[in-house]
Amino acid sequence: MNTFKFIVKRILIAIPVLIGVMLIIFLMLNVVPGDPVTLMMKEHIKPELIERMRVEMGLNDPVMVRFFNYIKNAARGDFGMSYKLNRNVTDLILNAFPHTVKLTIFAALIAWIIGIPAGIISAVKQNSLVDRFLMSFSLIGVSMPVFWAALMLQYFLAFKWKLLPVSGYATLKHMIMPAIVLGWSSAGTIARLTRSSLLEIMKDDFVRTARAKGLKERAVVVGHALKNAMLPVVTMMAIQVASLLSGAVITESVFGIPGIGRLAVNAIQTRDMPLLQGTVVFTTVLIISGNLIADLLYSVIDPRIRVE
Amino acid sequence: MDELLRINNLKTHFFTKKGVVPAVDGVSISVPQSSVIGVVGESGCGKSMTAMSIMQLVQKPGRIIDGSIELEGEDLLKYSGDNMRNIRGNKISMIFQEPMTALNPVYTVGRQVTEAIRIHHHDIDKEEAKKMALDIFNAVGIPEPDRRFNSYPHQLSGGLRQRVMIGMAMVCNPRLMIADEPTTALDVTIEAQILFLMKKLQEERGTSILLITHNLGVVAEICDYVYVMYAGKVMEQANTFELFKNTSHQYTEGLMKSIPKITAEKERLYNIKGVVPNLMKLPKGCRFCPRCEKAMPRCFMEEPPLYKVKTVVKNAGEHYARCFLCESSEVMNDD
Amino acid sequence: MEDIKVTDNETVEQLRQDYENMQAEIADTDGIMDKIKAMIKNNKLATISLIVILIFCFCAIFAPVVAPHDPTLQDYDNVRAHPSRDHILGTDELGRDVFSRIIYGARISLVIGIVPTTISMVIGTILGLMAGFMGKKVDFVIMRLADIMLAFPSLLLAMVVMYTLGASLINIFIALSVVNWAGTARVVRSQTLALKEKEFVEAAESIGVKKSVIMLRHILPNCLPSLIVLFTMDIPGSILSESSLSFLGIGAQPPASSWGLMVVNGKQWLFSEPWVAIAPGVAILILVLAFNFLGDGLRDAIDPYMKE
Repeated sequence: MNTFKFIVKRILIAIPVLIGVMLIIFLMLNVVPGDPVTLMMKEHIKPELIERMRVEMGLNDPVMVRFFNYIKNAARGDFGMSYKLNRNVTDLILNAFPHTVKLTIFAALIAWIIGIPAGIISAVKQNSLVDRFLMSFSLIGVSMPVFWAALMLQYFLAFKWKLLPVSGYATLKHMIMPAIVLGWSSAGTIARLTRSSLLEIMKDDFVRTARAKGLKERAVVVGHALKNAMLPVVTMMAIQVASLLSGAVITESVFGIPGIGRLAVNAIQTRDMPLLQGTVVFTTVLIISGNLIADLLYSVIDPRIRVE
Repeated sequence: MDELLRINNLKTHFFTKKGVVPAVDGVSISVPQSSVIGVVGESGCGKSMTAMSIMQLVQKPGRIIDGSIELEGEDLLKYSGDNMRNIRGNKISMIFQEPMTALNPVYTVGRQVTEAIRIHHHDIDKEEAKKMALDIFNAVGIPEPDRRFNSYPHQLSGGLRQRVMIGMAMVCNPRLMIADEPTTALDVTIEAQILFLMKKLQEERGTSILLITHNLGVVAEICDYVYVMYAGKVMEQANTFELFKNTSHQYTEGLMKSIPKITAEKERLYNIKGVVPNLMKLPKGCRFCPRCEKAMPRCFMEEPPLYKVKTVVKNAGEHYARCFLCESSEVMNDD
Repeated sequence: MEDIKVTDNETVEQLRQDYENMQAEIADTDGIMDKIKAMIKNNKLATISLIVILIFCFCAIFAPVVAPHDPTLQDYDNVRAHPSRDHILGTDELGRDVFSRIIYGARISLVIGIVPTTISMVIGTILGLMAGFMGKKVDFVIMRLADIMLAFPSLLLAMVVMYTLGASLINIFIALSVVNWAGTARVVRSQTLALKEKEFVEAAESIGVKKSVIMLRHILPNCLPSLIVLFTMDIPGSILSESSLSFLGIGAQPPASSWGLMVVNGKQWLFSEPWVAIAPGVAILILVLAFNFLGDGLRDAIDPYMKE
């Protein structure tokens, strides 16, 4: 019962945040000079026609009216029509999303399967060579410019050693390099967080109590410390998924994967406002949902929060 | 054997980047069977570290560098890791100051107590362990033990949590329970209950208790014999009555005077002037001399040994004090 | 042992005083500068990073002297030349010396790293102080705003701002200055909330010190260690954002020698003349790594318990 109320409360807070974001985005994108009709049309057309199209598209209405209309349509799933691609924005997004999802799953798996154990090992063997090595590796993952990493992988793995295809998204093999690029930086973040969280927890009193009971050190770490330490890590995992889903913009661009990220970049490059707006709103929904799930997970794992 | 635990000239030093901190610097304590022994002192005097040394839970950069700790004749410091783990929670158990944080927040208290059982008795199954846990819950006075078994630590009050800790410590029937400031974080009324509970357990089960505290009042309540520590060394040791009636060390005297009394005529509270010294730069002579009202120049040059003091209370065992004012021909052996 | 009379009170006082003086000497706790000096002594990695950063700064400031060639000088006879003694890292697609362009590029990266980070930290600090100190309503509004800002993947948010403002270096400045305050605000707010409960703040309030003065003179100095660490760790974000935006074509425009721009321009020849694209990326990696290692070192030295 309490969990249900908790969820409802969080969702209620999330909705104004979402609308706030949409408002800011809407204002930013619609205040831009540059007539969208002219941008849409390929040839030069008569001013009267431009004016008629503007009225039809509702571009002459005051901003707040336009915003309300936008929200109204968005609630029904209608995000308008892409200026340049002449297709429903919603369709474009729904077509692009599965590619991003595929990429996200791979990247997340790499990140977590490598990152979390790395963090644990580093914490347990604090200040040893293993620790320093793993943490440096993680830091490199976080510090690397994604586009450069992508190019490096393409150069070595695809070109020089001909192990993997350069780009594309057809088979699993195509997904490996982009997943590594994305996964490396996520792995780095998770590893560092796991390590610092575990180190913090190991200083807590109950760890001392567990040792005083006569538990083996491994049981102390895995049985007692770890469950507590994973709380912020699990939260971060949920956030990472949301973040990855909102489009690994650069990775998709370099590897030619037609996901949400690339859609957004195209929208900017071609000044396709409705498309950009749609992808940004979609992204925001994902991120907010991710945070929501993270909060939920936290409350499920930590009994202290459950009984609120 | 009459003596349960004998700590001989224990030295636990911390090797930090800034220098060596001699937290425990030659401490000898004797705990007889079925008795309550108090160790009193201010924060930083080494009393907690002495306890941690007994359990061999001293973390880097600390290390036990000298002395012996004999449990019924056997030196624990010579034990391997596995053997020592058999002792912890089993023959010697320990409870800590902050029950709020000393229990794992994500497991039920019942599970944590049964864990204590099953670590040391592999043959006991879940059902039996639960029964034992419920028994100990009754013994330590936890109401509705069945319900509490499935509670999480944050759902219990401070007093209840401490009872759980005591239960967890006693469930394997240890020979010695070390209590490190067990009531400091509790309200005064709860404190009395917990002290009473500990004394009861000691009498019923024959467990000895090593009670560590900074509060002389707590000592007066349940301890048979007291050691007063300061800056890593024992300054005075005596039977409780003897200590109060025949205080022989200036530091103990200072502690006694610091206890506020309603009946006192003075207006200002007494406090020992000066502060606890930084252990890395101890005075050459007696460790207490900069704060001692009766200090002599000799005190600054030479460190006094533990001198035997003539007891005032009959049958009160031996009384020692580390002060030149008590200089007699008899000195404690291993000093 | 000296033969001093037992009743010699003066000597006792003297001895007592000597002892207390000695204790006072070693009781002095380290200030921030001492801690930083300690870090330089103990943490080799952080010190090397500091030196690397200083080298980059030197190159940026004295670029005309350090660079062997004019970065804008196009040499059509020497296009995409291999690394040689004259051109240490070869030339790009217009015959410009890559090494010199990288040195001049340091200017852009360092300025983009430092200035917008400073501005957004100032904004974040002010808002964080206000949120922590000026009551629940102010706190609520500011924190919801911060949630909105954090609800975005930072790259996407910067992209939207760039869309609105148009693609140029100045606009990246503005974009990065304005979007990154939320993280700082959160940290400052939580520290303010914690410090608010401390006695010295209550004492100041009780003798009638104005709220703004309390915030500035009592709370802010205590936030300083965290701010220093945050600053060092936020700079890499700005550097990576700018280079990513330029890579996507929505950041700096030619002929600016932004490292990101250099990489995207060199991408076409990745397989034949890889150094054109790879070298600037390495520069980014080194500079960002240096800031991250320095930030880690600073955090360990001056504020190990900072909430992340």
